[in-house]
Amino acid sequence: MNARTFHDARVVETADVATGIRRVVLEPPAGARRRADPGTHLDVRVEVPDGDRGVRPEVRSYSVVDSSPDGSRLALTVHLSPTSRGGSAHVHGLRPGDVLRCTGPLQNFPVRIGAERYLLIAGGVGITALAAAARTLTRLGAHVDLVYAGRSRDRMPYLADLQAELGERVQPAVSDEGTRLDVDALLARTARQAPGTEAYVCGPLALLDAVTHAWRRHGLPSTALRYETFGSSGRHAAQAFRVQLPALGIETVVDPGSTVLESLQRSGADLMYDCLKGECGLCVLPVRRVDGVVDHRDVYLSEDQQADGGSVCVCVSRVAAGPEGREPLLVLDLP
Amino acid sequence: MTELDVPGRVTAKIFPYPLNAWYAAAWDHEVTAKAPVARTVAGRPLALYRTQDGRPVALDDACWHRLAPLSQGKLVGRDGIQCPYHGLQYNAAGRCTSMPAQPTVNPSALVTSHPVVERYRYVWVWPGDPLLADADTIPDMHQMDSPEWAGDGLTIEAPCNYQLILDNLMDLTHEEFVHGSSIGQAELSESEFTTRHEDDGSVTVTRWMRDVEPPPFWLKNMRDKFPGFSGRVDRWQIIHYYAPSTICIDVGVAEAGTGAPEGDRSRGVNGYVMNTITPETDTTSHYFWAFMRNYRLESQLITTQLREGVHGVFAEDEAMLVAQQRAIDANPDKVFYSLTIDAGGMWVRRILDRMLAAEGRSLPVPSSTPSQVTS
Ligand code: FES
Ligand code: FES
Ligand SMILES: [Fe+2]
Repeated sequence: MNARTFHDARVVETADVATGIRRVVLEPPAGARRRADPGTHLDVRVEVPDGDRGVRPEVRSYSVVDSSPDGSRLALTVHLSPTSRGGSAHVHGLRPGDVLRCTGPLQNFPVRIGAERYLLIAGGVGITALAAAARTLTRLGAHVDLVYAGRSRDRMPYLADLQAELGERVQPAVSDEGTRLDVDALLARTARQAPGTEAYVCGPLALLDAVTHAWRRHGLPSTALRYETFGSSGRHAAQAFRVQLPALGIETVVDPGSTVLESLQRSGADLMYDCLKGECGLCVLPVRRVDGVVDHRDVYLSEDQQADGGSVCVCVSRVAAGPEGREPLLVLDLP
Repeated sequence: MTELDVPGRVTAKIFPYPLNAWYAAAWDHEVTAKAPVARTVAGRPLALYRTQDGRPVALDDACWHRLAPLSQGKLVGRDGIQCPYHGLQYNAAGRCTSMPAQPTVNPSALVTSHPVVERYRYVWVWPGDPLLADADTIPDMHQMDSPEWAGDGLTIEAPCNYQLILDNLMDLTHEEFVHGSSIGQAELSESEFTTRHEDDGSVTVTRWMRDVEPPPFWLKNMRDKFPGFSGRVDRWQIIHYYAPSTICIDVGVAEAGTGAPEGDRSRGVNGYVMNTITPETDTTSHYFWAFMRNYRLESQLITTQLREGVHGVFAEDEAMLVAQQRAIDANPDKVFYSLTIDAGGMWVRRILDRMLAAEGRSLPVPSSTPSQVTS
């Protein structure tokens, strides 16, 4: 059985571990037990309300906060979000003996061994993705700081447990107590004292934004900042657009389900590429003209290069209609 | 245990090595912040170096890009290494930090960084699953850097399977035949010995030879501590094995009849032969050894003499191991048989077999058992 396959796990324990935050311990069936490494999550099938038609199934991802070494018990911790579309309510409704359809542990956020120091920054329930990493790195003898931010202690699950286990390594930042997290000061200090730090962040979007900006502002190396991305989608929804490659006399349409590269290849262009993930840069082509906006979805071009708009990674990037409402079009040259 | 194992299973001639284990990769002084060194540990080619802060690092010795060996590159920045081919740079965590030909760095560019601990004058590396590494399981070799002991050692690059070296050290009756001119004596194979194994994966083989003539090596040591000593001695060898491949041997002699077997070693000299064997490939090993003593700590002369003396003795073992491995290779159809003197080595094999099983890499059942081969 592959880790992505869904199976029925049994709920063996539920408990409130903070205000509005519930811990749910699952027991996967015997054949589906796998060790959950730090940073892994489960994809879980939940039922969400669907207008007046009742409910519809959806998939949510929740980090495994801790687990037994043989994978026979996996704990999730879920915040009942007032703004949620119903996924967290489904999990909060579970009782021991219930069944939850879920995958095995999936890894999107692996911890790397060997960095000079580690800075783990958790906001509220974001601790679920970082607690196991903090424990593992501590056991390996690494230098670890766990900065754990929350509005008040009663909204910070596992804080007391982690402090008991990891002592001074845990640095709570509690807004209600006047110790609100100052991201800028924290990263200024990191840049000054320990520029070899590798940082892992998990928490609300506002925290992630604050950290990524301060990280860059203080000149810390971009590859040493890690956060979980559940699939990198662009800033715009994928839509159909026309693409032209006059050098080869090609004009075709890129439909929402395919890429510029695929569409051009299909039309007979022989182009170079390798990773197909927007990472290697081998597929980059010069842009002659755009109607609409280029939705750069790669990590190869620098921000300046993307802003300049002179080139595009055709394996992932797209064009979306601009505000002027003209039909989106991309005209490319050969390198 | 309800079922018995098939005879011949753990007497494999080429014994696989566990990966989820600490192995000494190098002496502390071999790993520097000046240049990387290449070392293969448990089949994994590694580039070893130190950060500017002095912390040892073990990266896979193959660049993410086109696999050029990083060990031929140079150290850069506070904790980095640069590939000698196209200049990619990595930090101590194995993360690529610079791709010279472009403004950005591919976030997928990584080489594996292995758990490393510096302890007892060695740099230890865990080649297996990093999440299982626990520095508390490094075997006890405290004599290596304790103020109560003095001594030094060397490395033997042994062209044989690591288990052959463990077999050699777990049974010292070979001293009579291999080391006749230095430490061998007939009483070694004549005296009784006991073999004990513990649940923590350690094995102890104890042998006392009472009221014997001291062989030349031990007579010299006695005279270093007790000038002019002559006469007979009680001699001991207490072999401590710690999984997977460390063997510390408590050795010594004391004036015969002065109570050493009962615990009073004051009229004797005591050494510890420290051995830790790191499989390099199936048929090559890095054999790190040292001889530590707890008397005349001030004498560098004695340290050097003992290191050179033991070096000579171990050269005899090495010659035998080389010849044995060659004969094994030349006789693929023949198997190993066991004697009572192999009890210690057989416990080691069983413990290693269980470590392999825990990694899902059990030894194969031999296609024909030894008894069938001879019939
Ligand atoms: S193929 Fe690698 S970036 Fe497009
Ligand atoms: S092989 Fe290392 S940079 Fe190319
Ligand atoms: Fe020997």
